[in-house]
Amino acid sequence: MALLEPVPDDDGAPFWEYAARGELRVQCCVPCGEPRFPPRPCCPHCQSFAAEWRLTSGRGRIWSFVVPHPPLLPGYAELAPYNAVVVELLDAPRIRLVGNVVTGPDAPLNSVEPGRLRIGAAVRVVFSSVVPSGGGLRLPRWRLERA
Amino acid sequence: MPGLKDATAIAGIGQTAFAKKLPEPEKTLACRAITAALDDAGIAASEVDAFASYTMEETDEVEIAKSIGAGDVTFFSRVGYGGGGSCATLAHLAAAIATGQASVGVAWRSRKRGSGPRPWTDTAARLPTPAQWTRPFGVLRPADEIGMLARRYMHEYGATREHFFQVALACRNRANQNPAAMMHERPLTREMYMTSRWISEPLCLFDNCLETDGALACVIVSAERARDCRQPPVYLHSVAQGLPAQHHGMVNYWNDDPLTGPAWTAARQLWKTADFGPDDVDVAQIYDAFTALIPLSLEGYGFCGRGEGAAFTEGGALEIGGRLPLNTGGGGLSEAYVHGFNLINEGVRQLRGTSTAQVPGAATCLVTAGEGVPTSAVLLRS
Repeated sequence: MALLEPVPDDDGAPFWEYAARGELRVQCCVPCGEPRFPPRPCCPHCQSFAAEWRLTSGRGRIWSFVVPHPPLLPGYAELAPYNAVVVELLDAPRIRLVGNVVTGPDAPLNSVEPGRLRIGAAVRVVFSSVVPSGGGLRLPRWRLERA
Repeated sequence: MPGLKDATAIAGIGQTAFAKKLPEPEKTLACRAITAALDDAGIAASEVDAFASYTMEETDEVEIAKSIGAGDVTFFSRVGYGGGGSCATLAHLAAAIATGQASVGVAWRSRKRGSGPRPWTDTAARLPTPAQWTRPFGVLRPADEIGMLARRYMHEYGATREHFFQVALACRNRANQNPAAMMHERPLTREMYMTSRWISEPLCLFDNCLETDGALACVIVSAERARDCRQPPVYLHSVAQGLPAQHHGMVNYWNDDPLTGPAWTAARQLWKTADFGPDDVDVAQIYDAFTALIPLSLEGYGFCGRGEGAAFTEGGALEIGGRLPLNTGGGGLSEAYVHGFNLINEGVRQLRGTSTAQVPGAATCLVTAGEGVPTSAVLLRS
């Protein structure tokens, strides 16, 4: 079984469009400047509906991680144990993204030995090739800065 | 302002057997649990005029009401977010009865989760979580979602697997005393726990709840009516629901402080309307889909300070005779996992003095619903 692909909703669609261009952008309020994630229609701080997508450096730190083992969906079970991480962005520490630490943009989920992961470790975003289904999406993934 | 404090009471409880697989369908199991609860209370089915359950419950009011022979029903309500809704079903019925919308309420949950499919295997279902941000990366199951918070909790506060083991052990010890529990004759040792297979590191097999077929129900009436029923009344002293600001469900990774969850919100409301506080709770039934939820809930409901939940579990604190006897029927970890409804019925048994692991003289009990999702809680008193 293939791995699951993102199913963007209306609010999330711009994130995936920028990711397809290799850009990690975060939704920000125009009047008050606060970033928010996941994307949503209006700003929870000032209720403005005016938003822009701010480019980030793509650098972050591991906030937490798990190492899933079966029972899992078949495509994931084949790769288990693999890592899944939450990464906190250096540019906006309260913006956190779920992802995987891998050795390269298209390396498998289990390409990094889980024992090498530490909370606080520095990571940098890479973007996968276009996902197999042909929807044009590319996944943000993470490489250890000290590989 | 007239409130709900002690205005209503649980007059009857009922349940089916708990097993990995029961032959009867969910509707039959629901009817068995509900009729048992009405019989326990000594109230005729024809008097039932209110129902409350979970949005995930697959049996419905129409089918249940006509099967058991309910009368004209004037209040019915559903609560979302899986196990977070358990205690809210009681809260909704209490509010309905206290305001005169109905007089005899039934809350129920019937679920064949033991023999049926695991919900996370349905890849088409749009869960009430932002799945596009998590599932493609292999965060597929509640164990992965909560495991992420558990690892962070261990990192921030020095919690260890030994603490999670203390939770699993307390629940298993109580199940060993409870003939109705799925794990009645299955003791747990430290070695079994420490060498068990992983589910989602840092959570192992014994950090996860059971998978159960079973049904439970309870009957709620006014306090006045309850005093004339067959069983001693167990009063709903305080009730609360909780959806914190900027909460994201089980993937609560996106706010300023992900390790304070819905328990904190529910607790503030719960204690605000109660005549007693955490130190006065004799026994607690705390939602335990995962062991790691217990330290978080102990903090949220005010039994200890921030970051102290893991240390609280040391020294037998959760055992009978300890500072806060926990999940005395065995809980979701070792009695049955029916979205927390078994915690409600066990709370009632404690205050009737009929638990298989009775806390001597127990007069107050906290029951909580799922932590890590929009939640609810009740304070019971005898």
